[in-house]
Amino acid sequence: MSKRIDVKDLNVYYGNFLAVEDVNINIQAKSVTAFIGPSGCGKSTFLRTLNRMHEVLPGARVEGEVLLDGDNLYGPGVDPVTVRTQVGMVFQRPNPFPTMSIRDNVLAGVKLNNKKISKGAADALVEKSLVGANLWNEVKDRLDKPGSGLSGGQQQRLCIARAIAVEPQVILMDEPCSALDPISTLAVEDLINELKDQYTVVIVTHNMQQAARVSDKTAFFNIAGTGKPGKLIEFADTTSIFNNPSQKATEDYVSGRFG
Amino acid sequence: MTTNSLTTSQGAGRAGDKVFSGAAMAAGCLILAVLFGVALFLVVQAIPALTAPAADIQGGHGFFAYIAPIVVGTLIAAVIALVIATPVAIGVALFISHYAPRRLAAGLGYVVDLLAAIPSVVYGAWGAAFLAKEISPAYDWLATYLGWIPIFEGPASATGKTILTAGIVLSVMVLPIITSLSREIFLQTPKLHEEAALALGATRWEMIKMAVLPFGRPGIISAIMLGLGRALGETMAVALVLSSGVLTASLIQSGNQTIAAEIALNFPEASGLKVNTLIAAGLVLFVITLGVNMIARWIITRHKEFSGAN
Repeated sequence: MSKRIDVKDLNVYYGNFLAVEDVNINIQAKSVTAFIGPSGCGKSTFLRTLNRMHEVLPGARVEGEVLLDGDNLYGPGVDPVTVRTQVGMVFQRPNPFPTMSIRDNVLAGVKLNNKKISKGAADALVEKSLVGANLWNEVKDRLDKPGSGLSGGQQQRLCIARAIAVEPQVILMDEPCSALDPISTLAVEDLINELKDQYTVVIVTHNMQQAARVSDKTAFFNIAGTGKPGKLIEFADTTSIFNNPSQKATEDYVSGRFG
Repeated sequence: MTTNSLTTSQGAGRAGDKVFSGAAMAAGCLILAVLFGVALFLVVQAIPALTAPAADIQGGHGFFAYIAPIVVGTLIAAVIALVIATPVAIGVALFISHYAPRRLAAGLGYVVDLLAAIPSVVYGAWGAAFLAKEISPAYDWLATYLGWIPIFEGPASATGKTILTAGIVLSVMVLPIITSLSREIFLQTPKLHEEAALALGATRWEMIKMAVLPFGRPGIISAIMLGLGRALGETMAVALVLSSGVLTASLIQSGNQTIAAEIALNFPEASGLKVNTLIAAGLVLFVITLGVNMIARWIITRHKEFSGAN
């Protein structure tokens, strides 16, 4: 239940503005890959092209290929809706549906496309997903309460449960801990470690310690200046990015000399 | 003796605060006073009609027998208007907020707002002179093929000046109110929730069902209630369009009457107890509108826990 991602010569544009230039990267199945880099370097933009969520913004488009186990996400006739059922996403700010109960939030993705699911199967899936997101013990007695009543960290884990309930191949996380306190962050990081047994995980983070703690491989993105496109500078094992980077810019960034 | 240095306040900044809070309070009290004044006037003027012997009231069977048919007529006209206008308005609002290209959306929104700028007497004239005539063949068809349903019982009115025509005219009049309010609410749906739905693999319509409509629900209800308020109280259009008469189940025969039109048509020539009767009818309309708004408020607060405000 996990696929690899190969990106070939990818350019991302907003209208005529080139936001991310010429990215080539191979992301292994069942691994955690972290994207780090200064603000505005295009790492979140690039992450969104991996499930075509960038298309939500008018004028955003890409050139190049993103292959999910060899299938091009941008091939002719590919429906972004199908892509997103395969490549799930967790956002920067926890965003459970406020009008739904905890249980309905978990089932939200499963009930799409008019799929019918029996109550027993739904109960089992809710439990499995919430256990998978390390949230079951905290919410099992209040599944019918609104998801927005949980703490920020619990809400984020609820969003992860919602994402894994549809059994995607890949889970993208866009700074999932930036709105969370350290204890909730720890809970989510532990969860990411467990998720990689089953899923391919890609995480954008501003927190370099977090990248060092959770990821197997790290990609460093940088930008030459405002108005210039972001670029992938270096992609390697996390230990070598942090201990022995091959690029000067990477070394400056991870050692805190800028950014 | 020691003085607490924190007790001395800077006068200048506080004065503006006091003026503003005073002005806000005065405005709040004024609206209550006006409302109370109107209610008091209605009650005092209505009492003679409510206490008069049954034979003195128009129709000769007491106030209740007089008011009941036109209350029902008012509600029928308003319900027809809302049944037609609500789905159309929500559809138009969704089209403008989530489907139409930006330029078309702006133009369309402007056109819908223009509908609200047309005076009601113009709607009335249009309904009476044009719509009623054009729609009467449709009534004949309804009477012929669906006549077994009591509300479409024939013979259909030859002029087309029926409660159904009045309801249709009213629906056009409330359409811009419901549309523009719903559109504003839909545009305010948090991007976060829309993206959450899309990232789960929702199509655009599923995203709207999952994120936009639940978020907009209280706003839609408020919009419908405002529309209902207009439909209940609309006078001129109904007075011109409807060929009024006694309460009739069939919507395509002439007959029925609404409170507002009844007051407008009879007030100029009324005198004595008749004036009190009409004011009492106004009181009933006031109570209906108040009740409708309270029900709407109750519906909105019932699901507060899930409203997204927390």
